[in-house]
Amino acid sequence: MDLTPHLPALQVIVPMLSSPLILLLKPRGLAWAGAAAVALFSFAIALNMALAVARGNEFYYEMGGWQAPYGIALSVDGFSALVLLIITGAAAAALLAARPSVDQQIEAERQPLFYSAFLLALAGLTGIAVSADAFNIFVFMEISSLASYVLIAGGPDRRALPAVFKYLTMGTIGATFYLIGVGMVYMMTGTLNLADMEARIGDVTDINPILVAAGFITIGLALKAAVFPLHVWLPNAYAQAPHIVTVFLAACATKVAIYVLIRFDYFVFQANLENHALQFSTFLAPLALFGILVASAVAMFEGHIKRLLAMSSVAQIGYIILGASFVTTAGLTASAAHLFNHALAKGGLFLAITGLAYHYRDLRLDQLAGAARTMPWTAAAIVVCGLSLVGIPGTAGFISKWLLINAAIDNGDMAWLLIAIVLLSSLMALAYVYRIIDTLYFKPAVVAQAPGEAPMQLLLVIGIVAVANIVFGLFPSFPLALSSSAAELLLRHTL
Amino acid sequence: MSLDNATLNNAILVALCVPLITAVGIQLASRVSDNLREVVTLLGASTLAWVVWGMLPELFSGERPSWMVAELLPGITLAFEVEPLGMLFAALASGLWIINSIYSIGYMRGNKEQKQTRFYTFFALSLAATMGVAFAGNLFTLFLFYELLTLSTFPLVSHKGDEATVRSARVYLGILLSTSIGLLLPAIIWTYHVAGTGDFTVDGILAGKIAGADVGLLLALFVFGIGKAAVMPVHRWLPAAMVAPTPVSALLHAVAVVKAGVFAVTKIIVYVFGVDFLFSANSTAGWLIYAAAFTIIAASLVALRQTNLKRLLAYSTVAQLSYVVMAAAVLKPLAEIGAAIHMVAHAFGKITLFFAAGAIYTAAKKTELHQLRGIGRRMPWTMTAFTIGALSMIGVPPTGGFVSKWYILAGAFQADNLLAIFTIIASTVLNAAYFLPIIFMAWFADEPSDAKPHGEAPPLVVVALCMTALLTLGFFFFNGPVIELEQQLVKGMLQ
Repeated sequence: MDLTPHLPALQVIVPMLSSPLILLLKPRGLAWAGAAAVALFSFAIALNMALAVARGNEFYYEMGGWQAPYGIALSVDGFSALVLLIITGAAAAALLAARPSVDQQIEAERQPLFYSAFLLALAGLTGIAVSADAFNIFVFMEISSLASYVLIAGGPDRRALPAVFKYLTMGTIGATFYLIGVGMVYMMTGTLNLADMEARIGDVTDINPILVAAGFITIGLALKAAVFPLHVWLPNAYAQAPHIVTVFLAACATKVAIYVLIRFDYFVFQANLENHALQFSTFLAPLALFGILVASAVAMFEGHIKRLLAMSSVAQIGYIILGASFVTTAGLTASAAHLFNHALAKGGLFLAITGLAYHYRDLRLDQLAGAARTMPWTAAAIVVCGLSLVGIPGTAGFISKWLLINAAIDNGDMAWLLIAIVLLSSLMALAYVYRIIDTLYFKPAVVAQAPGEAPMQLLLVIGIVAVANIVFGLFPSFPLALSSSAAELLLRHTL
Repeated sequence: MSLDNATLNNAILVALCVPLITAVGIQLASRVSDNLREVVTLLGASTLAWVVWGMLPELFSGERPSWMVAELLPGITLAFEVEPLGMLFAALASGLWIINSIYSIGYMRGNKEQKQTRFYTFFALSLAATMGVAFAGNLFTLFLFYELLTLSTFPLVSHKGDEATVRSARVYLGILLSTSIGLLLPAIIWTYHVAGTGDFTVDGILAGKIAGADVGLLLALFVFGIGKAAVMPVHRWLPAAMVAPTPVSALLHAVAVVKAGVFAVTKIIVYVFGVDFLFSANSTAGWLIYAAAFTIIAASLVALRQTNLKRLLAYSTVAQLSYVVMAAAVLKPLAEIGAAIHMVAHAFGKITLFFAAGAIYTAAKKTELHQLRGIGRRMPWTMTAFTIGALSMIGVPPTGGFVSKWYILAGAFQADNLLAIFTIIASTVLNAAYFLPIIFMAWFADEPSDAKPHGEAPPLVVVALCMTALLTLGFFFFNGPVIELEQQLVKGMLQ
């Protein structure tokens, strides 16, 4: 039996059904092994679909053979394939590396619960990416969010609780806004299927509810995506979560919200609402620019390494939004490529931080002084991923920054301002990455130095991700092919 | 033909890989014994020189070995091409690496330096980056290796690891990285945008693509973005880099790194702007001569006031680098040849001077000028070499410095450029004013009565500095091949 057509369904079902089974694996280590195997399998599925999509095949799947307006429809195109690759890749890397860190941070009897929640989050995020239906997106968004709240609160640090409460409040508001918007569109069109929505909005006589819906949906998702200034939940949530959870969430959680934001606005509204492109850009571009500058500036003076990188994420989200706000193929390609490349860089950095955290309990920057002396490989990975974050040529980060700048050049009057801001923020990124490097390599140690490197299992994954940052910096054709096919796909729906 | 091309491509690949393999070999060999490590270094240096010099016959016959590694984005490739200027730079750096390795062994052992393995490893890595800069076939590749050179020399500059050293190393990294990302990268992006390519092409790629004040502005972004060329005001990193062990100052901060800077400037003037185009845009691009002339005079004046030998040499280097920039900016055939051979002449002379400074430090722990009274009698070989190097800086025959100054002057006369002529004459006087007193003091002044007795530096050190002194003299008599090679540069330029 050929499973290929069923891949979109398997992508969600495998982690979702494994999640409760993991709970049964009580003996030490088994839960981890099971979760890691499921994540790897999911990654294989995503890779398989991405390769097929890159060859020009798209997936469309109807659950149980029920047709679209009535049944559940799944679809995977270039954009969703790219996002699936990011989600499952991040999950696989995080789970493969997880064991030493999780053993340290979470009691043995709660570990099966932890891994189970992890797989549920994975299932939710992949579900968002494959859904072709606005309401299913909401359901999966809730699944992934609830699982993430559990994951973040699961760490040993009680300060995680206020952080997660803030995240929960903001996340719920975001999801509710989204639901209100979807409800209004449903009210006017009578469908939840994205493709049908696109087709039917044109027939709606009173357009005002649709406009209000677009506002609710955009803001709700921007909240979920931590678009500046709706990002306040993010730094604490990332900083207080168990380290391995931070790796996973930082690499893909906000990106999935951005994915829905872009998909919804381009697929459903762009083709129907007059001047929507202009509204979309004039609303999001300034936020993106402010986010880039303010968050980078805050990161430059942040004292806790995880919060520093979290603030940097807010700035990087700004780049992604900025590219999308150009409403051009070049801009969307840059955005999509940056989704991928930033996941690589930030995921790698947080993995390396997990390595540091294995020996250093306090992750304030000044406490980490001199860590490179006993953990040279981990520190080297931080340098490589950090340079990728800055966008130095030869690393993955450069590719998307180059694309973004080239997209900005075509943007007419504002071009020079945009380029100046992108370059300025690159210098700011250099400043905060350099602060980390400077601390790790040159400051005299203030606490007892780590007795040695991070555990081999962790170190190996860190190394693979760091090398991937260079490989995709020199040979970016595969992610670029997916990105540009995503961009063309999105623009096909423009007026 | 195709077979020929294949072997040539291999030569580029091998030239890039030999230093990398040497670096690995050094790490492995150091576990066996220090002597084996030194053997590996010397072996690596000799192999590299053999490979690089082996390409010379092809160059003389007018061929341009090239190798396209990968196309990252449309138009942006990682590609190498060997042309006369790059060949000269590579041949110079690889040849002097052998002598410098001999010197390093004597120096590092004589001073019982810490972490010698790390030192030799990063030295080899720096050479790999230098080869990449020399053979870069386009702006992107040049930038990539330019940054790698900065990063790989950083551990060498901060070698000592104490607070003062780290502070200087920060200045080094800060200036070089921020200028390259803040100015050079925008210049490269601008070039790719208007020209559609960044390939180094005879006659340049920008003619007709930009005009007016933009030419001057783009040139400024390039010249100041290439901080390694140390045109004022971005010269501060060079005196800061003097905290490094002397072999680093000698090979990297008199030859590889700084020459990478002026080499890149010259290459961009010749192969990106095109000499004819730049000459036609003289009204806006003509400022470069003034900037270079100012740097020559100002740096010489600062050198006059120095009391520390290495800092004096550093400022002398700043001035001498601007000779190359000024010569290139004169935009006349003889001056371009002068620029190329001044790189060689200055390299021989300045490496000798640094070797001598290091020899004095090793034998007597003296670093200040006033301590050098009467040292000629205790260290006759060293001070003879020093004298030859200093005379070459002034440009007195029979030293190499005379030859290049002759060509630069001849070029200045071709262009009737009185400013350049005046600057060369004035700086010759200034050079004499700061070098002759040292020579006089070393040979003819009496030692202070409380002087501690000491002899010559370790034999390997003395051997190395005598070799470079002989090269300085030899270049006066045997400069034919170099000039013949660089005439190709001009030939291509004028047709």
